[in-house]
Amino acid sequence: MSDVSFVRTEMLPEQAPPASEVGLIGWIRHNLFSGWFNSILTLVSLYAIYYVLSGVLPWVFQSVWNANSLNECREIMMATWGSTHGHACWAVINDRWLQLLFGFYPSHLYWRPIAALLLLLVALAPVLYSDRLPTKMLIFSAIYPFLMVWLMWGGTIWGPIAAALGFVVGWGVYTLVSKQLSGLFGLIAGVAASVIWWLVLSSYFVGALDSILPIGIEAVQSRQFGGFMLAILLGVVAIGVSLPIGIVLALGRQSDLMIVKYLCVGFIEFIRGVPLITLLFVASLLLNLFLPPGTNFDIILRVMIMMTLFSAAYMAEVIRGGLAALPRGQYEGADSLGLNYWQAQRLIIMPQALKISIPGIVSTFIGIFKDTTLVSIIGLFDVIGLASAIRADTAWNGIYWELFAFIAALFFVVCFSMSRYSMYLERKLQTGHH
Amino acid sequence: MSELAIDRQIDRSKMQVSDEVAIEINNMNKWYGSFHVLRDINLTVNQGERIVIAGPSGSGKSTLIRCLNALEEHQQGTIMVDGTELSNDLKNIDKIRSEVGMVFQHFNLFPHLTILENCTLAPIWVRKTPKKEAEERAMHFLEKVKIPEQADKYPGQLSGGQQQRVAIARSLCMMPRIMLFDEPTSALDPEMIKEVLDTMIELAEEGMTMLCVTHEMGFARQVANRVIFMDAGQIVEQNEPEEFFNNPQSERTKLFLSQILGH
Ligand SMILES: Nc1ncnc2c1ncn2[C@@H]1O[C@H](COP(=O)(O)OP(=O)(O)OP(=O)(O)O)[C@@H](O)[C@H]1O
Ligand SMILES: [Mg+2]
Repeated sequence: MSDVSFVRTEMLPEQAPPASEVGLIGWIRHNLFSGWFNSILTLVSLYAIYYVLSGVLPWVFQSVWNANSLNECREIMMATWGSTHGHACWAVINDRWLQLLFGFYPSHLYWRPIAALLLLLVALAPVLYSDRLPTKMLIFSAIYPFLMVWLMWGGTIWGPIAAALGFVVGWGVYTLVSKQLSGLFGLIAGVAASVIWWLVLSSYFVGALDSILPIGIEAVQSRQFGGFMLAILLGVVAIGVSLPIGIVLALGRQSDLMIVKYLCVGFIEFIRGVPLITLLFVASLLLNLFLPPGTNFDIILRVMIMMTLFSAAYMAEVIRGGLAALPRGQYEGADSLGLNYWQAQRLIIMPQALKISIPGIVSTFIGIFKDTTLVSIIGLFDVIGLASAIRADTAWNGIYWELFAFIAALFFVVCFSMSRYSMYLERKLQTGHH
Repeated sequence: MSELAIDRQIDRSKMQVSDEVAIEINNMNKWYGSFHVLRDINLTVNQGERIVIAGPSGSGKSTLIRCLNALEEHQQGTIMVDGTELSNDLKNIDKIRSEVGMVFQHFNLFPHLTILENCTLAPIWVRKTPKKEAEERAMHFLEKVKIPEQADKYPGQLSGGQQQRVAIARSLCMMPRIMLFDEPTSALDPEMIKEVLDTMIELAEEGMTMLCVTHEMGFARQVANRVIFMDAGQIVEQNEPEEFFNNPQSERTKLFLSQILGH
């Protein structure tokens, strides 16, 4: 035998790694000081963080919480720290936070938007956590939109019921006609029936029932809506409605029917081609010109429609990206099993396309939610509009940072939650190699 | 493209060709734009036949087989499947698709559904089978393709050969009368090819009507009762396997066989 042959007689036991590889020291070494360049970067970053925090933290925490005006705030600052510089005056938030949240909504009715918000969470839960909660809870999710409108605007209960009945009417006509004729005719007839119901018949229905059985709560006018509540209201509606519309538009854009396809393309390209602010101006000013005089088309409803259409166009493009990323084999697999178009879309194509598009969809959601602040430009008192109004008040004239920091914090909490949820969802839907 | 040895006895007792016609294609033509991809195809397949379709790349094999369940549309001639004519009538198309199973080169499993859900989806939604019954049937066929233990996994967690066997089970769950295979083993490693071929042989042994586009000439020799050779969108030659391999008539066939069998 030559001397290359070797047989181990004794197996080596496992040993702990050297101290420089594990624990805090190891971690710091690996991640912060793994070379001279990294070490410099680490030191520069640490200094930058220190610099920013040393300015911001005292401003946030060495601050005045109780005062009735900016001047009073400054006096307190002078008395306490000897300077007005570098200290926040949170008294303005303390004084006006209810207004920033609710606008001019009557204060004895604050429970209604709060209830609507809490019920929103209940309605969203079975949608967001579909694997953990019973499917039956979705019934409440379906009722919620009508309940929400009733809670927010009040008035007779027959209004939201009539609105809900519009869907029932449309569905009834659809099933009837599509059995007799084709599905497409059924769809057209169903939509037409719903529209006729909402525009013409429902007002008689509401009037009649209200005179027989007047059930209702105190009505609140749209111009009393405002604050962060308005942002949430507009955001939730735009988000909730634009997703289904976006799906339909994305499918329409891929349709073999020329007319459908070009209608969808035209709509998407037009809406994406104009700034949201112009759409909002159209909603607030121009629509009045086209509507017959005397019609009362609620301003918030108009804004909601515009924001929904705007976000639906973006949504459609995001979803189209997801559809394009699906291999053709998925369509063929579904087809070869005899699934029809809608079954294939619902069971095979959409679940995958939507999953691929989650980051884009959530970005669109976040974008449209933040864009709700634009309504302050057309005179609605959303949280930005209120901030301007508060600054115009003599007591708080000159205050600036505190209001916007508060508003930023409000938006950040909501947007960050959406972002985290989307990451949770992506992880949950991951079905590849584990 | 090798000739993989099939090292098992094949039970031919149930491999019987009946007089009943399963598929009848008359003077069928198809174009992609101005490209004449299938030219004057005439073919009758009886119930119980095992047909292998071979031919060079681009000769139209996939296109032909995909026309049979209307994944592609033909422009001229008629295709009758189980007595139903394939026309543009969606009702006919859905009926035929639910009776003709198809297995693809790239499996086309649904990655967001578990193996069991892949197998029960179509029976539940198309055939309106109760969920429980569909699941029992799915487990039956998963056992048949020898992977019942994978039922709760996702396709992405299975090997290629396992995925293809799931795809076969998924088709079988619809209780098809005819199975179409489009190069079911071309995307697989040799070890896995054998698993899939075994499954296909078992199907043949039970008397399933099968049309397979494949380069597995061992399978063609031992399982098929007829081999069809296509070139340039036409059926150039068809014969029983023995004759086809030992005594090819057309020059094109000879050339093809010499290339594919490597001698
Ligand atoms: N969607 C399409 N549009 C245009 N031409 C196509 C399309 N699909 C296939 N072809 C062409 O039709 C011809 C036949 O294609 P087909 O896929 O049927 O060939 P094949 O015999 O299955 O080949 P392979 O062995 O490579 O799978 C090829 O020349 C191909 O380029
Ligand atoms: Mg092919």
